[in-house]
Amino acid sequence: MASLIATGLMGLGGITSRHKSYAASAQEKPASAAEVKIDNFSFGPMAITVSVGTTVTWINRDDIPHTVVSTDKVFKSKVLDTDEKFSFTFTKPGEYPYFCSIHPKMTGKVVVQ
Amino acid sequence: MSGKTKDVILHDHNKDGIDRRGFLKCMAWAGTGAFCVMQGGVLKSYSMSRLSEMNPADMKGELSFVQISDSHMGFNKAANPDVAATLQAAVDKINALSAQPEFLLHTGDISHLSKPEEFDGVEQILKSASAKDVFYVPGEHDVLNDDGKQYHERFAKGAQPGGWYSFEKKGVHFVGLVNVMNLKAGGLGTLGHDQLEWLEEDVKHLKSSTPIVVFAHIPLWTVYPDWGWGTEDSAQALAYLKKFGSVTVLNGHIHQTMQKIEGNVTFHTACSTAFPQPKPGEAPSPGPMKVPAEQLRGLLGITDVNYVRGQHALAVVDSTLG
Repeated sequence: MASLIATGLMGLGGITSRHKSYAASAQEKPASAAEVKIDNFSFGPMAITVSVGTTVTWINRDDIPHTVVSTDKVFKSKVLDTDEKFSFTFTKPGEYPYFCSIHPKMTGKVVVQ
Repeated sequence: MSGKTKDVILHDHNKDGIDRRGFLKCMAWAGTGAFCVMQGGVLKSYSMSRLSEMNPADMKGELSFVQISDSHMGFNKAANPDVAATLQAAVDKINALSAQPEFLLHTGDISHLSKPEEFDGVEQILKSASAKDVFYVPGEHDVLNDDGKQYHERFAKGAQPGGWYSFEKKGVHFVGLVNVMNLKAGGLGTLGHDQLEWLEEDVKHLKSSTPIVVFAHIPLWTVYPDWGWGTEDSAQALAYLKKFGSVTVLNGHIHQTMQKIEGNVTFHTACSTAFPQPKPGEAPSPGPMKVPAEQLRGLLGITDVNYVRGQHALAVVDSTLG
């Protein structure tokens, strides 16, 4: 029950967390995941904050293709058609601004802590 | 603005149906279309509904060509699951014109996802056009994943390394520009320094009486920056064209017809042959407009351009597929 509540709370922040079934060692942080939806020519949420080691997955819910391209060339997706996904695991803290290289007015940011 | 709105002339000083001051905004929205004649940098425009009253001889010239745009081959969602059929309908419409065009201009977004089979599909359908030459510029959908390598190999063989080029037809100087590469976060379309330098050199030695037609995918005027409908450095390009008496700028990208006159420059955007997009700001995003099937072809179309030697005139006629 406690873990369900924790997951629910994290979900409020736009992040879902799936703890591995085994106990994490001191060095190993639990793998977590976050999702950004692309809809109506925008990234939602536009800015997310995640912990180091989080895999962020972008999913294109638009009927027009988009891309996810890091402004600082850290990551770059292939073109994502409707319902296609792109994932990137953030291993270093920092701010990662990104945009859609096809529709550059679409911008977003991942903050890794 | 309704699709049936008529153009409003604010200051018709010369009683010739045109507004010489400021801009005449003849918003030839999809479904209405406009017939335009440009003389010495001044445009006369007529609603498509008046074309039947016009002398067909006025529509003939020494050079005519057709602009098509945004065929988005590979797109298969609402409101158009069959973009091949609507492109074919556009070609049929071209083949039925009373004055056959000498060539076609395709102002980009040939494909939806830059897939070889999508490019093949468009080339195949355009083979059925009576006009055999097609001059292309890329849209952002044509240069996905490979920085335009495929596009360049197929459509820009004789072009400059960046894909831009110019050519002459019967005294008219045509310039194909590329403004969909290296787009920056938060920005609009971009021509870039190299291309601007080339353009300056390309037109430098031309007589100012030479009619100029510039074509590029993203509008070279700011239609609606919130949706990225404009080009960052287009002002520089237009500065190089200032000395010319007649400049016509043909663009695609926004899937609707729109016109503006600024000095000697007439800007014109074409309909898509695939799907319509909303008017600027009238929807949460510029995504495809979902319209009832029976309305679709009235929102798609082609643009017929006619040059009459000696009159410095370019007649721009939009017609829908419906």
